Amino acid sequence: MANLLLRQRDIPDIEKLDVYKMNGGFAAFNKAVTRMKPQEVTDTVKASGLRGRGGAGFPTGVKWSFIPNNIWPHYVVANADESEPGTFKDREIMESNPFQFLEGAAIAAYAVGANAAYIYLRGEFWPVAAELDKCLGEMEKAGFLGDKLFGTDYSLHIHTHLGAGAYICGEETALLESMEGSRGQPRIRPPFPAIYGLYGKPTVVNNVETLTNVPLIVEKGADWYKSLGTADSAGVKIFSLSGRVNKPGNYELPFGTTFRELIYNFGGGVMEDRPVKAIMPAGASSAFIVADDNALDTPMDYASVRTLGADLGSASVIVLDDTVSLDWVISKTIHFFKHESCGKCTPCREGCYWMQHLIERIEHGEKTKENVELLYSVAKQMQNKCLCPLGEFSTMAVTTAIERFPQDFGFLR
Amino acid sequence: MLAEKYPEDIKEILAKYPPERKRSAVMPLLYLAQREGGYITKEAMSEIADLLEMTTTEVASIIGFYTLFHDEKAGKYRMQVCTDLPCALRGADRFVEELCGNLSIKVGETTPDGLVTVEAVKCLACCDKAPMFQLQTPGGIEYHENMTVDRTMELLEALRKSGKEVK
Repeated sequence: MANLLLRQRDIPDIEKLDVYKMNGGFAAFNKAVTRMKPQEVTDTVKASGLRGRGGAGFPTGVKWSFIPNNIWPHYVVANADESEPGTFKDREIMESNPFQFLEGAAIAAYAVGANAAYIYLRGEFWPVAAELDKCLGEMEKAGFLGDKLFGTDYSLHIHTHLGAGAYICGEETALLESMEGSRGQPRIRPPFPAIYGLYGKPTVVNNVETLTNVPLIVEKGADWYKSLGTADSAGVKIFSLSGRVNKPGNYELPFGTTFRELIYNFGGGVMEDRPVKAIMPAGASSAFIVADDNALDTPMDYASVRTLGADLGSASVIVLDDTVSLDWVISKTIHFFKHESCGKCTPCREGCYWMQHLIERIEHGEKTKENVELLYSVAKQMQNKCLCPLGEFSTMAVTTAIERFPQDFGFLR
Repeated sequence: MLAEKYPEDIKEILAKYPPERKRSAVMPLLYLAQREGGYITKEAMSEIADLLEMTTTEVASIIGFYTLFHDEKAGKYRMQVCTDLPCALRGADRFVEELCGNLSIKVGETTPDGLVTVEAVKCLACCDKAPMFQLQTPGGIEYHENMTVDRTMELLEALRKSGKEVK
């Protein structure tokens, strides 16, 4: 099947506006603005079964439908803060098929009645933002952005906004705080951004990949989209494959493709033909999956991956072979979360600090049962107590590594 | 003074946000300030604070929170090598160690000639092209992917000769 999101792989130069237009580009936005009511667009996306691709998997159309019509103005913010270790799909979309993403953002804005949309990119994507700024300029010239679009009363302006190196800003309320010129620390929810978002106004925050699906759904219809993927998870997904595989990279596949197919048919198998030991399906935030035959043959969709005691999240599949010891892996993930913890809530700030102390102790020769049990206990005590998912996610690798791979910590539980 | 040197840039940045929400411009303005010498001076902090009706302390808190803002001078180039999990699974730790060995510095240090500061950083969303690093200069950031120590040394040599700015 031809790629739907990574279309640059089938259509050369699709990053140019004229090529994108020649391949049907902006027909969906035109159709939405001139022939559909905003509510119809939302209903179509809702019916398509599209779920958020940033990790949480929340139904996109439902998110849009929460925007109230008695508080104005409304905003759309595209979350391009892509910072999860193992995730590198949004960058490829924005670099190689930028107009499809921007068209998706524009359609989202029309659907929720927003006249301004922002793209929040992680600061490291500086060159990507510069290219997107050029794209936005071209769209304005071509009449796809600006005032009175397609001869209607609808106006839309889109701006880029650069972050400056903070993983936490991928959390939507932290992102909004950052955009408002504060430190990127999450807000207490509720109220959710749909009611109290950017500048305290109703706001939809959607991931880049999520928005890139939208033009196709508007163009080809909800039923067509629903026919792809599985009953639980409609459509296609970009799987970012990394770690100990021969061909790491982004692979756009229907939901329901198995881990085995991804690793062996697309990823070229494991380096030096070693066996797969463990899989992290959602980057550093993952629980570890024990890579037995049952796991390898499990379809990658939200519901199926959950049966393995893990979440699919953003589908950032990190493959670990039998040369890798999981105490080393969780040392990496703990150091990451300790560095990225925003410091606002106590369980995460103090918990990550102590987890880092303990894993350093364990790494430096004190791999005793007491230290490992203490590390496990700190992680367990953090769970369900943190203000935002970052703190919760920081514990997933720790607890599941010790539970599922006790031999890597020098003892059998 | 930023206002004298970059009047057009400042106008363009402020135009992105609602007039009563100009505090949103603090991060773009800090990037602008950092163009001068690769770090943000106390003077620039208070100028931005005045411009956006914030306190200098609030501006400093933004600089402290985000890793791409610096309030101290470093090498002309900051070479930030990703050593996070996916890159480390593909040799990033070894890469940065060997590189620093070749340059006779420790991770986090600057070469004696002031050309480059080598830092180990968290995920840069380039996990399939490790070892990789970003080169941060006053003017911007660029990625270097699938790198070897030899090619990195060549790159540094070329930078030393050309004095090129990264855009």
